[in-house]
This record gives sequence, structure tokens and C-alpha cells, in this order.
Amino acid sequence: MSTVYIPAVLRPSVGGVKSLDLGGGTVGELVHALLERHPGLGGQLLTPEGELNRFVNVYVNGQDVRYLDGLATPVGERDEVRLLPAMAGG
Amino acid sequence: MPKTYAELLKEAKASIREVNPQEAEHLRAEGVTFVDVRESTEWDQGHIPGAIHVARSYLEQQIEAAVPDRNAPVVLYCAGGVRSAFGAQTLKELGYTDAISMSGGFQQWKGAGLPWTTPVVLSKEQQQRYSRHLLIPEVGSAGQARLLESKVLLIGAGGLGSPAALYLAAAGVGTIGIVDFDVVDVSNLQRQVIHASDRVGQKKVASARQTIEALNPDVTVVGHEEMLVGDNVERIIAGYDVILDGTDTFETRYLLNDAAVAAGIPVVHASVFRFEGQLTTFIPYEGPCYRCLYPTPPPPELAPGCSVAGVLGVVPGIMGLLQANEVLKVLLGIGTTLAGRLLIFDALEAEFTELKLRRDPACPVCSDGARAARERGEAPALSAFPADAPFVLSGAGLGALGGNDGNVGNSGAAEGRA
Repeated sequence: MSTVYIPAVLRPSVGGVKSLDLGGGTVGELVHALLERHPGLGGQLLTPEGELNRFVNVYVNGQDVRYLDGLATPVGERDEVRLLPAMAGG
Repeated sequence: MPKTYAELLKEAKASIREVNPQEAEHLRAEGVTFVDVRESTEWDQGHIPGAIHVARSYLEQQIEAAVPDRNAPVVLYCAGGVRSAFGAQTLKELGYTDAISMSGGFQQWKGAGLPWTTPVVLSKEQQQRYSRHLLIPEVGSAGQARLLESKVLLIGAGGLGSPAALYLAAAGVGTIGIVDFDVVDVSNLQRQVIHASDRVGQKKVASARQTIEALNPDVTVVGHEEMLVGDNVERIIAGYDVILDGTDTFETRYLLNDAAVAAGIPVVHASVFRFEGQLTTFIPYEGPCYRCLYPTPPPPELAPGCSVAGVLGVVPGIMGLLQANEVLKVLLGIGTTLAGRLLIFDALEAEFTELKLRRDPACPVCSDGARAARERGEAPALSAFPADAPFVLSGAGLGALGGNDGNVGNSGAAEGRA
């Protein structure tokens, strides 16, 4: 299981929790496991074509998956996956 | 058996290595650290370029911070070579393996026609006001003088800009520009600490100016009471050393990013949402820019501003001060900035998390290709921008790109900066 951290702005869509333990061998599998439990997140994370939206960054152990293998980036046990949307507030 | 001064000096000189000014100049050319052990009044009248000032009376107390490496050679000098001889003896006792005294001192150095410089002299009042800065070797009077000559532009005198402005002004940043067209609203006062209850309804720039001038008369406040748009951004940011981005709209953040990259000005960025904050420093071409981090903005429903979503007042306070910290480091050229790193703060958990950021090799604004095109005076190809890229700037050296009239509005800001 990997821990997926949910940013505050998306927490209402996942029942208010800060993180979820999900199974999956890649970032894509984790995202799909997340969406199975919380379908409401779909439009926020993925494009209609199933790609990651460009305004949500995904980090595996602090590294942006855009510079790894995107949705195909492998994740292992105890890896930390973080969803990070842009914020404007100042 | 008590000793005479002459005996003590003889002993000191026998225990250390001495070099004459010409030999010392060779060491200086090799990058050896020089420590001036004279009093401040002597230092102010001129010193060897690049030397560190640690008065003989503070040597034991301050040398470890000023020169941490005990195995590196260090040349001490005073006016005539006596205090530096005793100083070098002391350093030897402290474990410095190659403490050297320059015989003949600064007088002989000047007499030999070797280079020297006069430091910027702070007034008596400034020496008192900034005394806690002057005590830090990494700042000192040279650093303080640099701050006094620096120009920092704050985009927004809101939740982030308020605390940053207070501390940058207190630190003696000589010119603080503020871009804000808004007026103080009573709902701002829960976090925008530069304003005050009796200034509700006043322009934020005027309110901030009043607070800053009362705090530190050394600071010149330059007010820009206008909305940052494509047509004015180049003019407004010109001449500033660092920009602190404290806006609350994506439009302004992208607009500022594009113009600042083109102008080569670092931007210290922060944003907040309820209990969370994000912070990084964008240094053009050395690290990523805002478009590398977020190529496109989220739809409005995913990124409400503070006026819609709310924010715990201390969160922009904390993030704004971390921005001020980055600004001071950039201005002083000390430490390691957050360039290439995104710091995330979670107030509820009291947690900081660091994420690695990279320059996007395909970035339409800061990639090598975009930079080369800009330097050739060419606008980047329209196709370089993804179709959904918003707020494409028509000014700031990016050329007319169409699809936008250049009059980009930061309309959300009218509701009051978060």
C-alpha cells in the first residue's frame, strides 16, 4: 500500500481525510484506485482522455512524475504520493 | 613571573607565522581569508578589499562564526602588526592551524600602494537601528549597506505582502515598491497587519506607506496604484532587484512570471489556502519558473481565493515572512534559496514538506529555446503555448501572440487580496 496525500482543496471530495492508503503498482493504478472509491475526483485529476490534468502535479517521494514516467511511474510499498494543485490565494 | 609587554609580543611573534604586505597580497590573490582586527572606527576609514572585520576585542567570541574552517590559512592584520600578532597567537590556541599575522599592518599596506577600499559608513542612528544585523558576520555593515541600496517590489499589500513589507522595511530595504489599487476593507484586518482599523476605506498603498514610514524613515515607498496588466507590467517591474508575489489571482501570477523572466528579475512566490501555503523562489534561467511548476491554472472551482475559501490569518503571515527571508537572502547573496524547491506548509499538522521542482525544457517562457528567441528579439512561436495556456502576455518581450488583447485583468483582486 502507498500513502496518497490529498490537498485541502480536494478533501471534501474524499470525505475530508488527509491521506488514503491505496494499492497499485504505478501512479496511474493508484489514481484509478482513488477514483473507484471517490468518483467525484475524476474531472479534477484527469482529462477526458485519461491524462493527468496539467494544473495538478503529482509527486512520488518529492519528485514530480512529469519528469519520471507520468502515470506509468512505478510506486512501491511505503512510497509517498502527493497530489498538488495550484493555489492562487495571497 | 610577570612579563613585560615587550616580552609578551616577542613570545607571540615567535609562536606564529608573519608575512609582509607584498606576501600577503599574493595570499589574497589565492583567495586566502583576511581578517581585519582593528576597531570599527579604523575599519570605517578604509580596509583591504574582501577582508572580514572582527575587532581584536571580539576575536575569541566571533572568529568561529566568521571563519569556521580551522585548517584554512587566515591572514590577520591591524594598523601596525601588533594586535594581529597577538590575534594570530590566540587563533593558534583556538586550533587554527595556519593563522598568519601581516607585519607592518594596514599602514605599510597602504604605503606600498596595495589596494584598499572605504566601506559604506552607516550613520550613528543606522548603526544603532541595525546593530543586530551588524553583529551577524554574513550581514555586517557591507550587507546592511547593500540592503539600504536595494529595491524590492511587492505585488499586493495583502495577506502575504503585509508581513513581508513590515519586516523588509524594518530590515532597512531602502526602496519598497507596492503594486495595489485596492482599498483597506475591515475584513482584511484579520491578517493584513500593515493596515489599521482607522484606515478602512483608504488606499492600501497609502496605508502601507504610513506604517512603513512610521517604522523606518530610511525606507522610500514607491506606490503603484494600478492593476498589474500586460500594458504596464514591464514598466512597473523595471529596476527592481527582487519581486515578492503576493497576489491572489492566477492571471496576475502568470503575467508577472512571464514579465519577470523576460526582465531577468527573481520572483519570490507564495500562495495560501485555508491552513496551507506553498512557497518557492523563481530565479530566471537558474531554476524553474511558475509555468514550469504549473503549466496551466486550474478551473476557478478548484482554486478559490481567500475571499471565497477563507484563510487562517497566521498562514499568510508565516508564508509572507518566509518570502521576506528569501528576499533578504537573494539581496545579500547568502544561504541557499528555494530555487528548484517547493516548500509546502500545513498549519494544522505544523508540517513542512519539500518537493523538487525542475525547469521544463519545453517551457514557453523560460526554456533555453524561449530565451534564445527572446534574445534574438523574436516572439516565441504561438504553437509553443498550449492551446489552453491562459493569460498569454503580449508585452514583456514576448511579442504579440494573439488571442488576448494584452489588457489582462486581475479582476479577482478587486475583492481584496487574500
